[in-house]
Amino acid sequence: MKSAIIEVKGVSKRYGEIHAVNAADLVIYKGEIFSLIGHNGAGKSTLFKMMLGLLQPTNGEILIRGKNVNGRAFREVKRRIGYLPENVVFYDHLTGIETLHFIGKLKGADLKTCPSLLDKMGLLKAARRPVRGYSKGMRQRLGFAQALLGEPEILFLDEPTTGLDPAGIREFYQFLQELKEQGVTIILSSHNLAQIQEQVDRIALMKMGDILTVGSVADLRQQLDLPLHIQVRLDPRAKDTLRQALSGFTECELDFGEGSLMVTCTTKQKMPLLTILATTEGVTDIQIQEPSLEDLFLGYVSRGATSQAVSALN
Amino acid sequence: MAIETKQILTIAQKEFWDRIRNRWVLAVTAIFIFFTFVITYFGASQQGVVGFSSIELTIASLVSLAIYLVPLISLILGYDAIVGERERGSLDLLLALPITRLELLLGKYLGLSAALVFSIIAGFGAVGVFLSYQLDLGALAQYASFVLSTILMGLSFLSLSVLISVLAANKTIASGTSIALWFLFVLIYDLVLLGILVVTEGQWGGDLFPFLLLLNPADIFRILNIFGLDQVKTLYGLATVFPKSLANPWLLNAAMFSWIIGPLGLAYWKFK
Repeated sequence: MKSAIIEVKGVSKRYGEIHAVNAADLVIYKGEIFSLIGHNGAGKSTLFKMMLGLLQPTNGEILIRGKNVNGRAFREVKRRIGYLPENVVFYDHLTGIETLHFIGKLKGADLKTCPSLLDKMGLLKAARRPVRGYSKGMRQRLGFAQALLGEPEILFLDEPTTGLDPAGIREFYQFLQELKEQGVTIILSSHNLAQIQEQVDRIALMKMGDILTVGSVADLRQQLDLPLHIQVRLDPRAKDTLRQALSGFTECELDFGEGSLMVTCTTKQKMPLLTILATTEGVTDIQIQEPSLEDLFLGYVSRGATSQAVSALN
Repeated sequence: MAIETKQILTIAQKEFWDRIRNRWVLAVTAIFIFFTFVITYFGASQQGVVGFSSIELTIASLVSLAIYLVPLISLILGYDAIVGERERGSLDLLLALPITRLELLLGKYLGLSAALVFSIIAGFGAVGVFLSYQLDLGALAQYASFVLSTILMGLSFLSLSVLISVLAANKTIASGTSIALWFLFVLIYDLVLLGILVVTEGQWGGDLFPFLLLLNPADIFRILNIFGLDQVKTLYGLATVFPKSLANPWLLNAAMFSWIIGPLGLAYWKFK
Protein backbone atom coordinates (compact mmCIF):
# COMPACT_ATOMS: atom_id res chain seq x y z
CA MET A 1 0.00 0.00 0.00
CA LYS A 2 1.50 3.30 -1.08
CA SER A 3 1.43 5.96 1.60
CA ALA A 4 1.47 9.64 0.79
CA ILE A 5 4.45 11.53 2.22
CA ILE A 6 3.94 14.88 0.48
CA GLU A 7 0.53 16.35 -0.29
CA VAL A 8 0.19 19.50 -2.34
CA LYS A 9 -3.36 20.76 -2.07
CA GLY A 10 -4.62 23.46 -4.40
CA VAL A 11 -1.38 25.43 -4.14
CA SER A 12 -0.96 28.68 -6.05
CA LYS A 13 1.75 31.28 -6.01
CA ARG A 14 1.16 34.68 -7.52
CA TYR A 15 3.58 37.54 -7.91
CA GLY A 16 1.29 40.42 -8.78
CA GLU A 17 -0.12 39.51 -12.17
CA ILE A 18 2.22 36.60 -12.68
CA HIS A 19 0.91 33.15 -11.79
CA ALA A 20 4.05 31.21 -10.98
CA VAL A 21 2.07 28.16 -9.85
CA ASN A 22 -1.64 27.59 -10.50
CA ALA A 23 -3.81 25.52 -8.17
CA ALA A 24 -1.38 22.62 -8.11
CA ASP A 25 -2.52 19.27 -6.68
CA LEU A 26 0.02 16.56 -6.21
CA VAL A 27 0.65 13.52 -4.06
CA ILE A 28 4.12 12.04 -3.70
CA TYR A 29 4.42 8.59 -2.17
CA LYS A 30 6.94 7.29 0.29
CA GLY A 31 9.96 5.71 -1.33
CA GLU A 32 9.47 6.87 -4.88
CA ILE A 33 11.71 8.90 -7.13
CA PHE A 34 9.59 11.72 -8.36
CA SER A 35 10.56 14.36 -10.86
CA LEU A 36 9.25 17.78 -11.76
CA ILE A 37 9.97 18.61 -15.36
CA GLY A 38 9.25 21.64 -17.48
CA HIS A 39 10.84 24.57 -19.25
CA ASN A 40 12.59 27.33 -17.38
CA GLY A 41 9.92 29.42 -15.73
CA ALA A 42 7.40 26.58 -15.71
CA GLY A 43 7.10 26.87 -11.94
CA LYS A 44 9.26 23.92 -10.88
CA SER A 45 11.58 25.88 -8.62
CA THR A 46 8.70 27.85 -7.12
CA LEU A 47 6.84 24.64 -6.28
CA PHE A 48 10.07 23.16 -4.94
CA LYS A 49 10.62 26.12 -2.67
CA MET A 50 7.04 26.06 -1.45
CA MET A 51 7.40 22.37 -0.60
CA LEU A 52 10.39 23.27 1.58
CA GLY A 53 8.56 26.11 3.27
CA LEU A 54 10.95 28.69 1.76
CA LEU A 55 8.08 30.44 0.00
CA GLN A 56 4.61 30.92 1.35
CA PRO A 57 1.86 29.82 -1.08
CA THR A 58 -0.70 32.47 -2.02
CA ASN A 59 -3.39 29.80 -1.74
CA GLY A 60 -3.59 26.19 -0.68
CA GLU A 61 -1.38 24.16 1.63
CA ILE A 62 1.42 21.65 1.48
CA LEU A 63 1.75 18.82 3.98
CA ILE A 64 4.85 16.74 4.48
CA ARG A 65 4.33 13.72 6.71
CA GLY A 66 1.03 15.30 7.63
CA LYS A 67 2.60 18.56 8.85
CA ASN A 68 1.99 21.90 7.17
CA VAL A 69 5.32 23.13 5.81
CA ASN A 70 4.58 26.64 7.04
CA GLY A 71 3.53 25.43 10.48
CA ARG A 72 5.43 25.20 13.74
CA ALA A 73 5.62 21.44 13.79
CA PHE A 74 7.53 21.40 10.50
CA ARG A 75 10.89 21.95 12.19
CA GLU A 76 10.99 18.34 13.37
CA VAL A 77 10.15 17.12 9.85
CA LYS A 78 12.91 19.32 8.41
CA ARG A 79 15.57 17.47 10.39
CA ARG A 80 14.96 14.50 8.10
CA ILE A 81 14.82 16.46 4.87
CA GLY A 82 17.84 16.92 2.64
CA TYR A 83 17.96 19.75 0.14
CA LEU A 84 20.35 20.44 -2.68
CA PRO A 85 19.52 23.84 -4.18
CA GLU A 86 20.13 24.63 -7.83
CA ASN A 87 23.63 26.08 -8.29
CA VAL A 88 24.49 25.52 -4.66
CA VAL A 89 27.11 27.90 -3.32
CA PHE A 90 29.00 27.33 -0.11
CA TYR A 91 31.25 29.47 2.02
CA ASP A 92 34.50 29.66 0.09
CA HIS A 93 36.75 29.91 3.12
CA LEU A 94 35.38 26.84 4.89
CA THR A 95 36.83 23.44 4.10
CA GLY A 96 34.66 20.55 2.95
CA ILE A 97 34.55 19.00 6.39
CA GLU A 98 33.86 22.34 8.09
CA THR A 99 30.96 22.93 5.72
CA LEU A 100 29.45 19.59 6.67
CA HIS A 101 30.01 20.24 10.36
CA PHE A 102 28.28 23.61 10.17
CA ILE A 103 25.25 22.31 8.30
CA GLY A 104 25.22 19.08 10.29
CA LYS A 105 25.11 20.99 13.58
CA LEU A 106 22.14 23.04 12.40
CA LYS A 107 20.43 19.87 11.27
CA GLY A 108 21.14 18.06 14.51
CA ALA A 109 22.92 15.31 12.58
CA ASP A 110 25.56 12.96 13.93
CA LEU A 111 28.80 14.73 12.96
CA LYS A 112 30.72 11.46 13.06
CA THR A 113 29.11 10.55 9.74
CA CYS A 114 30.74 13.51 7.95
CA PRO A 115 33.99 11.81 6.87
CA SER A 116 32.15 8.78 5.52
CA LEU A 117 29.76 11.00 3.57
CA LEU A 118 32.71 12.82 2.03
CA ASP A 119 34.31 9.48 1.27
CA LYS A 120 31.15 8.27 -0.45
CA MET A 121 31.18 11.40 -2.60
CA GLY A 122 34.87 10.96 -3.44
CA LEU A 123 35.85 14.08 -1.51
CA LEU A 124 37.74 12.62 1.42
CA LYS A 125 41.11 13.76 0.09
CA ALA A 126 39.78 17.29 -0.39
CA ALA A 127 38.08 17.33 3.02
CA ARG A 128 40.57 19.72 4.57
CA ARG A 129 40.86 22.03 1.59
CA PRO A 130 38.85 25.25 1.40
CA VAL A 131 35.83 25.00 -0.89
CA ARG A 132 37.33 27.95 -2.81
CA GLY A 133 39.55 25.48 -4.65
CA TYR A 134 36.81 22.96 -5.49
CA SER A 135 35.74 22.35 -9.08
CA LYS A 136 32.10 22.69 -10.08
CA GLY A 137 31.65 18.94 -9.90
CA MET A 138 33.25 18.76 -6.45
CA ARG A 139 30.97 21.49 -5.16
CA GLN A 140 27.99 19.59 -6.48
CA ARG A 141 29.20 16.45 -4.70
CA LEU A 142 29.66 18.43 -1.51
CA GLY A 143 26.14 19.72 -1.99
CA PHE A 144 24.91 16.18 -2.24
CA ALA A 145 26.89 15.16 0.83
CA GLN A 146 25.31 17.92 2.93
CA ALA A 147 21.85 16.92 1.70
CA LEU A 148 22.53 13.42 3.07
CA LEU A 149 23.38 14.64 6.57
CA GLY A 150 21.05 13.37 9.27
CA GLU A 151 19.81 10.32 7.33
CA PRO A 152 17.08 12.13 5.43
CA GLU A 153 13.75 10.49 4.70
CA ILE A 154 13.07 12.93 1.91
CA LEU A 155 15.56 14.42 -0.52
CA PHE A 156 14.86 17.50 -2.62
CA LEU A 157 17.37 17.79 -5.43
CA ASP A 158 17.17 20.77 -7.75
CA GLU A 159 19.09 20.09 -10.97
CA PRO A 160 21.41 17.68 -9.14
CA THR A 161 23.63 16.62 -12.02
CA THR A 162 24.74 20.10 -13.04
CA GLY A 163 28.51 20.16 -13.36
CA LEU A 164 28.97 16.38 -13.11
CA ASP A 165 30.81 14.47 -15.83
CA PRO A 166 29.14 11.44 -17.46
CA ALA A 167 30.76 9.00 -15.04
CA GLY A 168 29.71 11.19 -12.14
CA ILE A 169 26.16 11.30 -13.42
CA ARG A 170 25.97 7.53 -13.68
CA GLU A 171 27.38 7.14 -10.16
CA PHE A 172 24.91 9.69 -8.92
CA TYR A 173 21.91 7.84 -10.29
CA GLN A 174 23.22 4.53 -8.98
CA PHE A 175 23.43 6.15 -5.61
CA LEU A 176 19.88 7.45 -5.91
CA GLN A 177 18.65 3.92 -6.58
CA GLU A 178 20.45 2.70 -3.45
CA LEU A 179 18.78 5.41 -1.41
CA LYS A 180 15.44 4.51 -2.88
CA GLU A 181 15.96 0.91 -1.82
CA GLN A 182 16.53 2.19 1.71
CA GLY A 183 13.10 3.82 1.54
CA VAL A 184 14.19 7.41 0.92
CA THR A 185 11.72 9.51 -1.05
CA ILE A 186 13.47 11.57 -3.71
CA ILE A 187 12.07 14.59 -5.50
CA LEU A 188 14.22 15.99 -8.25
CA SER A 189 13.94 18.54 -10.97
CA SER A 190 15.94 18.36 -14.14
CA HIS A 191 16.17 19.80 -17.61
CA ASN A 192 17.91 16.73 -18.85
CA LEU A 193 14.98 14.50 -19.72
CA ALA A 194 17.04 11.84 -21.46
CA GLN A 195 18.97 11.36 -18.21
CA ILE A 196 16.06 10.98 -15.87
CA GLN A 197 13.62 8.95 -17.93
CA GLU A 198 15.21 5.66 -16.88
CA GLN A 199 15.62 6.74 -13.26
CA VAL A 200 12.35 8.14 -12.05
CA ASP A 201 9.17 6.39 -10.97
CA ARG A 202 6.80 9.21 -11.71
CA ILE A 203 6.87 12.61 -13.30
CA ALA A 204 4.88 15.79 -13.00
CA LEU A 205 5.00 17.80 -16.17
CA MET A 206 4.73 21.54 -15.62
CA LYS A 207 4.07 24.35 -18.03
CA MET A 208 3.50 28.00 -17.20
CA GLY A 209 2.56 27.24 -13.62
CA ASP A 210 0.20 24.37 -14.43
CA ILE A 211 0.76 20.71 -13.76
CA LEU A 212 -0.21 19.24 -17.13
CA THR A 213 0.00 15.61 -16.14
CA VAL A 214 1.39 13.23 -13.55
CA GLY A 215 2.41 9.63 -14.07
CA SER A 216 5.16 7.16 -14.93
CA VAL A 217 6.92 7.43 -18.27
CA ALA A 218 4.89 4.39 -19.41
CA ASP A 219 1.64 6.08 -18.28
CA LEU A 220 2.54 9.19 -20.22
CA ARG A 221 3.34 7.14 -23.32
CA GLN A 222 -0.03 5.48 -23.09
CA GLN A 223 -1.87 8.75 -22.48
CA LEU A 224 -0.28 10.54 -25.40
CA ASP A 225 -0.01 7.57 -27.75
CA LEU A 226 2.84 9.14 -29.66
CA PRO A 227 4.11 7.17 -32.67
CA LEU A 228 7.07 4.89 -32.14
CA HIS A 229 9.79 4.05 -34.60
CA ILE A 230 11.05 0.63 -35.62
CA GLN A 231 14.38 0.55 -37.39
CA VAL A 232 14.87 -2.61 -39.48
CA ARG A 233 18.03 -3.86 -41.19
CA LEU A 234 17.49 -6.27 -44.04
CA ASP A 235 19.02 -8.04 -46.95
CA PRO A 236 18.22 -5.79 -49.99
CA ARG A 237 16.82 -8.86 -51.75
CA ALA A 238 14.14 -9.24 -49.06
CA LYS A 239 12.78 -5.75 -49.70
CA ASP A 240 9.91 -6.81 -51.99
CA THR A 241 8.89 -9.74 -49.82
CA LEU A 242 8.74 -7.44 -46.84
CA ARG A 243 6.82 -4.76 -48.70
CA GLN A 244 4.30 -7.45 -49.61
CA ALA A 245 4.04 -8.76 -46.07
CA LEU A 246 3.42 -5.31 -44.61
CA SER A 247 0.90 -4.19 -47.21
CA GLY A 248 -1.91 -4.60 -44.67
CA PHE A 249 -0.50 -1.91 -42.35
CA THR A 250 -1.92 1.03 -44.23
CA GLU A 251 -1.77 3.36 -41.21
CA CYS A 252 1.94 2.86 -40.76
CA GLU A 253 4.54 4.94 -42.46
CA LEU A 254 7.06 2.73 -44.26
CA ASP A 255 10.27 4.25 -45.45
CA PHE A 256 12.46 1.82 -47.37
CA GLY A 257 16.12 2.59 -47.88
CA GLU A 258 19.05 0.59 -49.24
CA GLY A 259 19.12 -2.39 -46.85
CA SER A 260 16.97 -0.67 -44.26
CA LEU A 261 13.41 0.13 -43.35
CA MET A 262 12.06 2.71 -40.94
CA VAL A 263 8.53 2.07 -39.69
CA THR A 264 6.55 4.73 -37.84
CA CYS A 265 3.47 3.29 -36.16
CA THR A 266 1.22 3.45 -33.12
CA THR A 267 1.71 1.38 -29.98
CA LYS A 268 -1.27 -0.78 -30.90
CA GLN A 269 0.38 -1.90 -34.15
CA LYS A 270 3.69 -2.63 -32.53
CA MET A 271 3.22 -6.30 -31.66
CA PRO A 272 1.59 -7.45 -34.94
CA LEU A 273 4.31 -5.65 -36.86
CA LEU A 274 7.09 -7.18 -34.82
CA THR A 275 5.66 -10.66 -35.33
CA ILE A 276 5.84 -10.25 -39.10
CA LEU A 277 9.26 -8.61 -39.05
CA ALA A 278 10.72 -11.31 -36.84
CA THR A 279 9.51 -14.11 -39.09
CA THR A 280 10.37 -12.59 -42.45
CA GLU A 281 13.48 -14.04 -43.99
CA GLY A 282 16.21 -11.52 -44.72
CA VAL A 283 15.48 -9.26 -41.74
CA THR A 284 18.77 -9.07 -39.88
CA ASP A 285 18.09 -6.63 -37.04
CA ILE A 286 15.19 -4.83 -35.38
CA GLN A 287 15.47 -1.79 -33.11
CA ILE A 288 12.51 -0.19 -31.40
CA GLN A 289 12.60 3.46 -30.44
CA GLU A 290 9.86 4.25 -27.98
CA PRO A 291 9.00 7.94 -27.75
CA SER A 292 11.50 9.47 -25.34
CA LEU A 293 10.55 11.57 -22.37
CA GLU A 294 11.58 14.54 -24.44
CA ASP A 295 9.13 13.54 -27.19
CA LEU A 296 6.41 13.12 -24.58
CA PHE A 297 7.26 16.44 -23.04
CA LEU A 298 7.17 18.24 -26.36
CA GLY A 299 3.99 16.37 -27.26
CA TYR A 300 2.29 17.53 -24.09
CA VAL A 301 3.53 21.05 -24.32
CA SER A 302 2.35 21.45 -27.92
CA ARG A 303 -0.96 19.78 -27.09
CA GLY A 304 -1.36 22.18 -24.19
CA ALA A 305 -0.59 25.04 -26.56
CA THR A 306 -3.22 23.82 -29.02
CA SER A 307 -5.91 23.47 -26.38
CA GLN A 308 -5.02 26.91 -25.07
CA ALA A 309 -5.33 28.34 -28.56
CA VAL A 310 -8.71 26.64 -28.96
CA SER A 311 -9.99 27.97 -25.65
CA ALA A 312 -8.73 31.42 -26.62
CA LEU A 313 -10.77 31.20 -29.83
CA ASN A 314 -13.88 30.20 -27.90
CA MET B 1 7.66 29.65 17.89
CA ALA B 2 10.04 28.14 20.35
CA ILE B 3 13.55 29.50 20.00
CA GLU B 4 16.39 27.01 19.98
CA THR B 5 19.46 28.59 21.52
CA LYS B 6 21.67 25.91 20.01
CA GLN B 7 20.80 27.04 16.48
CA ILE B 8 21.47 30.68 17.33
CA LEU B 9 24.83 29.79 18.83
CA THR B 10 25.87 27.68 15.84
CA ILE B 11 25.27 30.60 13.50
CA ALA B 12 26.86 33.08 15.92
CA GLN B 13 29.92 30.91 16.34
CA LYS B 14 30.45 30.69 12.59
CA GLU B 15 30.08 34.45 12.13
CA PHE B 16 32.52 35.16 14.93
CA TRP B 17 35.16 32.68 13.77
CA ASP B 18 34.79 33.91 10.20
CA ARG B 19 35.78 37.37 11.41
CA ILE B 20 38.71 35.97 13.37
CA ARG B 21 39.91 33.91 10.41
CA ASN B 22 39.68 36.62 7.84
CA ARG B 23 41.59 38.86 10.27
CA TRP B 24 38.77 41.36 10.51
CA VAL B 25 39.02 41.37 14.29
CA LEU B 26 42.78 41.71 14.15
CA ALA B 27 42.66 44.61 11.69
CA VAL B 28 39.96 46.54 13.56
CA THR B 29 41.66 45.99 16.90
CA ALA B 30 44.91 47.29 15.42
CA ILE B 31 43.13 50.36 14.06
CA PHE B 32 41.60 51.07 17.46
CA ILE B 33 44.89 50.61 19.29
CA PHE B 34 46.78 52.79 16.85
CA PHE B 35 44.32 55.69 16.93
CA THR B 36 43.75 55.46 20.66
CA PHE B 37 47.48 55.71 21.34
CA VAL B 38 47.88 58.59 18.94
CA ILE B 39 44.97 60.45 20.47
CA THR B 40 45.94 59.74 24.03
CA TYR B 41 49.37 61.19 23.48
CA PHE B 42 48.75 63.89 20.90
CA GLY B 43 45.03 64.59 21.38
CA ALA B 44 45.69 67.64 23.51
CA SER B 45 48.33 69.13 21.22
CA GLN B 46 45.80 71.71 20.03
CA GLN B 47 45.94 72.99 23.55
CA GLY B 48 49.69 73.02 23.29
CA VAL B 49 50.32 69.90 25.34
CA VAL B 50 51.83 66.61 24.25
CA GLY B 51 51.60 63.36 26.20
CA PHE B 52 48.88 62.04 28.41
CA SER B 53 47.28 65.00 30.14
CA SER B 54 44.04 64.16 31.88
CA ILE B 55 41.50 61.42 31.60
CA GLU B 56 38.80 63.92 30.75
CA LEU B 57 40.64 65.39 27.80
CA THR B 58 41.66 61.94 26.66
CA ILE B 59 38.11 60.65 26.75
CA ALA B 60 36.86 63.76 25.01
CA SER B 61 39.33 63.18 22.18
CA LEU B 62 38.53 59.48 22.07
CA VAL B 63 34.83 60.29 21.83
CA SER B 64 35.51 62.33 18.69
CA LEU B 65 37.48 59.44 17.26
CA ALA B 66 34.98 56.76 18.19
CA ILE B 67 32.04 58.72 16.87
CA TYR B 68 33.49 58.56 13.35
CA LEU B 69 35.17 55.21 13.42
CA VAL B 70 32.85 52.90 15.33
CA PRO B 71 29.64 53.58 13.36
CA LEU B 72 31.52 53.13 10.10
CA ILE B 73 33.11 49.87 11.19
CA SER B 74 29.81 48.54 12.56
CA LEU B 75 27.91 49.40 9.39
CA ILE B 76 30.55 47.74 7.22
CA LEU B 77 30.53 44.71 9.48
CA GLY B 78 26.82 43.99 9.16
CA TYR B 79 25.58 45.27 5.83
CA ASP B 80 25.89 41.95 4.01
CA ALA B 81 24.73 39.66 6.83
CA ILE B 82 21.54 38.58 5.06
CA VAL B 83 21.81 40.07 1.59
CA GLY B 84 25.21 38.41 1.20
CA GLU B 85 23.74 34.98 1.89
CA ARG B 86 20.86 35.74 -0.42
CA GLU B 87 23.12 36.87 -3.24
CA ARG B 88 25.46 33.93 -2.80
CA GLY B 89 22.52 31.53 -2.94
CA SER B 90 23.17 30.01 0.47
CA LEU B 91 20.14 31.59 2.16
CA ASP B 92 17.75 28.99 0.75
CA LEU B 93 20.04 26.23 1.91
CA LEU B 94 20.12 27.67 5.43
CA LEU B 95 16.39 28.25 5.64
CA ALA B 96 15.64 24.72 4.46
CA LEU B 97 17.45 23.53 7.58
CA PRO B 98 15.61 23.22 10.89
CA ILE B 99 16.29 26.84 11.81
CA THR B 100 13.82 29.70 11.98
CA ARG B 101 14.38 33.09 10.44
CA LEU B 102 14.49 34.64 13.89
CA GLU B 103 17.22 32.24 15.01
CA LEU B 104 19.23 32.93 11.88
CA LEU B 105 18.94 36.69 12.34
CA LEU B 106 19.77 36.58 16.05
CA GLY B 107 22.68 34.24 15.40
CA LYS B 108 24.10 36.55 12.78
CA TYR B 109 23.69 39.58 15.02
CA LEU B 110 25.15 37.86 18.03
CA GLY B 111 28.18 36.56 16.14
CA LEU B 112 28.93 39.91 14.53
CA SER B 113 28.37 41.66 17.88
CA ALA B 114 30.87 39.34 19.50
CA ALA B 115 33.47 40.22 16.86
CA LEU B 116 32.78 43.93 17.29
CA VAL B 117 32.75 43.89 21.08
CA PHE B 118 35.92 41.82 21.13
CA SER B 119 37.70 44.36 18.89
CA ILE B 120 36.50 47.36 20.90
CA ILE B 121 37.49 45.83 24.21
CA ALA B 122 40.83 44.64 22.88
CA GLY B 123 41.54 47.94 21.11
CA PHE B 124 40.43 50.47 23.68
CA GLY B 125 41.12 48.11 26.54
CA ALA B 126 44.78 47.79 25.57
CA VAL B 127 45.17 51.52 26.01
CA GLY B 128 43.17 51.40 29.23
CA VAL B 129 45.58 48.83 30.65
CA PHE B 130 48.51 50.93 29.53
CA LEU B 131 47.05 54.03 31.20
CA SER B 132 45.97 52.24 34.33
CA TYR B 133 49.20 52.85 36.23
CA GLN B 134 48.71 56.61 36.06
CA LEU B 135 44.96 56.64 36.70
CA ASP B 136 43.01 56.42 39.91
CA LEU B 137 40.00 54.21 40.30
CA GLY B 138 37.52 56.94 39.46
CA ALA B 139 39.28 57.78 36.23
CA LEU B 140 39.43 54.11 35.31
CA ALA B 141 35.71 53.82 35.93
CA GLN B 142 35.19 56.81 33.67
CA TYR B 143 37.29 55.15 30.98
CA ALA B 144 35.38 51.88 31.41
CA SER B 145 32.08 53.64 31.02
CA PHE B 146 33.42 55.28 27.84
CA VAL B 147 34.32 51.84 26.46
CA LEU B 148 30.92 50.51 27.44
CA SER B 149 29.09 53.35 25.70
CA THR B 150 31.29 52.81 22.64
CA ILE B 151 30.16 49.18 22.60
CA LEU B 152 26.51 50.22 22.85
CA MET B 153 26.89 52.70 20.00
CA GLY B 154 28.60 50.01 17.91
CA LEU B 155 25.81 47.56 18.62
CA SER B 156 23.15 50.07 17.61
CA PHE B 157 24.83 50.79 14.28
CA LEU B 158 25.33 47.06 13.79
CA SER B 159 21.61 46.61 14.34
CA LEU B 160 20.93 49.26 11.69
CA SER B 161 23.25 47.55 9.24
CA VAL B 162 21.53 44.20 9.77
CA LEU B 163 18.23 45.93 9.00
CA ILE B 164 19.79 47.25 5.78
CA SER B 165 21.02 43.78 4.91
CA VAL B 166 17.46 42.45 5.19
CA LEU B 167 15.88 45.26 3.17
CA ALA B 168 18.44 45.75 0.40
CA ALA B 169 17.91 44.01 -2.92
CA ASN B 170 21.62 43.45 -3.41
CA LYS B 171 25.00 44.01 -1.78
CA THR B 172 25.79 47.14 -3.76
CA ILE B 173 22.63 48.84 -2.56
CA ALA B 174 23.31 47.63 0.96
CA SER B 175 26.83 49.04 1.06
CA GLY B 176 25.69 52.33 -0.50
CA THR B 177 22.88 52.68 2.02
CA SER B 178 25.26 51.94 4.87
CA ILE B 179 27.65 54.69 3.82
CA ALA B 180 24.72 57.07 3.34
CA LEU B 181 23.48 56.29 6.86
CA TRP B 182 26.93 56.93 8.23
CA PHE B 183 27.01 60.35 6.56
CA LEU B 184 23.52 61.07 7.81
CA PHE B 185 24.02 60.13 11.45
CA VAL B 186 27.63 61.13 11.92
CA LEU B 187 28.03 64.20 9.73
CA ILE B 188 24.78 65.66 8.45
CA TYR B 189 22.31 65.24 11.30
CA ASP B 190 24.07 67.56 13.75
CA LEU B 191 24.89 70.10 11.09
CA VAL B 192 21.26 70.35 10.00
CA LEU B 193 20.04 70.68 13.59
CA LEU B 194 22.68 73.27 14.33
CA GLY B 195 21.84 75.10 11.11
CA ILE B 196 18.16 75.28 11.99
CA LEU B 197 19.01 76.48 15.46
CA VAL B 198 21.26 79.23 14.12
CA VAL B 199 19.04 80.35 11.22
CA THR B 200 15.93 80.61 13.41
CA GLU B 201 18.01 82.12 16.20
CA GLY B 202 16.71 79.44 18.52
CA GLN B 203 13.10 80.52 17.92
CA TRP B 204 12.05 77.30 16.26
CA GLY B 205 12.01 73.90 17.83
CA GLY B 206 14.40 74.74 20.63
CA ASP B 207 12.45 72.65 23.10
CA LEU B 208 12.33 69.76 20.71
CA PHE B 209 16.07 69.59 20.11
CA PRO B 210 17.07 67.48 23.06
CA PHE B 211 14.61 64.85 21.89
CA LEU B 212 15.81 65.11 18.32
CA LEU B 213 19.29 64.33 19.58
CA LEU B 214 17.97 61.10 21.04
CA LEU B 215 16.97 60.07 17.52
CA ASN B 216 20.63 59.67 16.65
CA PRO B 217 22.67 56.98 18.41
CA ALA B 218 25.88 58.89 17.71
CA ASP B 219 24.49 61.90 19.56
CA ILE B 220 23.35 59.76 22.47
CA PHE B 221 26.88 58.43 22.67
CA ARG B 222 28.32 61.94 22.69
CA ILE B 223 25.94 63.15 25.38
CA LEU B 224 26.55 60.06 27.50
CA ASN B 225 30.23 60.82 27.57
CA ILE B 226 30.43 64.58 27.50
CA PHE B 227 28.11 65.16 30.42
CA GLY B 228 30.37 63.34 32.75
CA LEU B 229 33.23 65.62 31.84
CA ASP B 230 32.92 69.11 33.22
CA GLN B 231 36.11 70.56 31.82
CA VAL B 232 35.34 69.77 28.24
CA LYS B 233 31.61 70.25 28.03
CA THR B 234 31.91 73.64 26.46
CA LEU B 235 34.10 72.30 23.67
CA TYR B 236 31.23 70.36 22.21
CA GLY B 237 28.79 72.61 20.49
CA LEU B 238 25.50 70.87 20.10
CA ALA B 239 25.71 68.65 23.14
CA THR B 240 25.60 71.78 25.25
CA VAL B 241 22.03 72.54 24.19
CA PHE B 242 21.09 69.33 25.89
CA PRO B 243 19.36 70.16 29.18
CA LYS B 244 20.90 68.65 32.26
CA SER B 245 17.50 67.38 33.33
CA LEU B 246 17.39 65.01 30.38
CA ALA B 247 20.99 63.94 30.75
CA ASN B 248 19.94 61.06 32.91
CA PRO B 249 22.12 58.07 32.10
CA TRP B 250 19.14 55.73 32.49
CA LEU B 251 17.17 57.63 29.90
CA LEU B 252 20.14 57.88 27.57
CA ASN B 253 20.95 54.21 27.90
CA ALA B 254 17.32 53.30 27.39
CA ALA B 255 17.36 55.35 24.18
CA MET B 256 20.54 53.57 23.11
CA PHE B 257 19.03 50.16 23.83
CA SER B 258 15.99 50.99 21.80
CA TRP B 259 18.39 51.79 18.96
CA ILE B 260 19.73 48.27 19.31
CA ILE B 261 16.42 46.47 19.63
CA GLY B 262 14.33 48.65 17.31
CA PRO B 263 16.15 48.11 13.99
CA LEU B 264 16.71 44.45 14.83
CA GLY B 265 13.01 43.96 15.52
CA LEU B 266 12.14 45.73 12.31
CA ALA B 267 14.66 43.56 10.47
CA TYR B 268 12.98 40.43 11.79
CA TRP B 269 9.54 41.70 10.87
CA LYS B 270 10.71 42.38 7.31
CA PHE B 271 12.70 39.17 7.06
CA LYS B 272 9.71 37.11 8.09
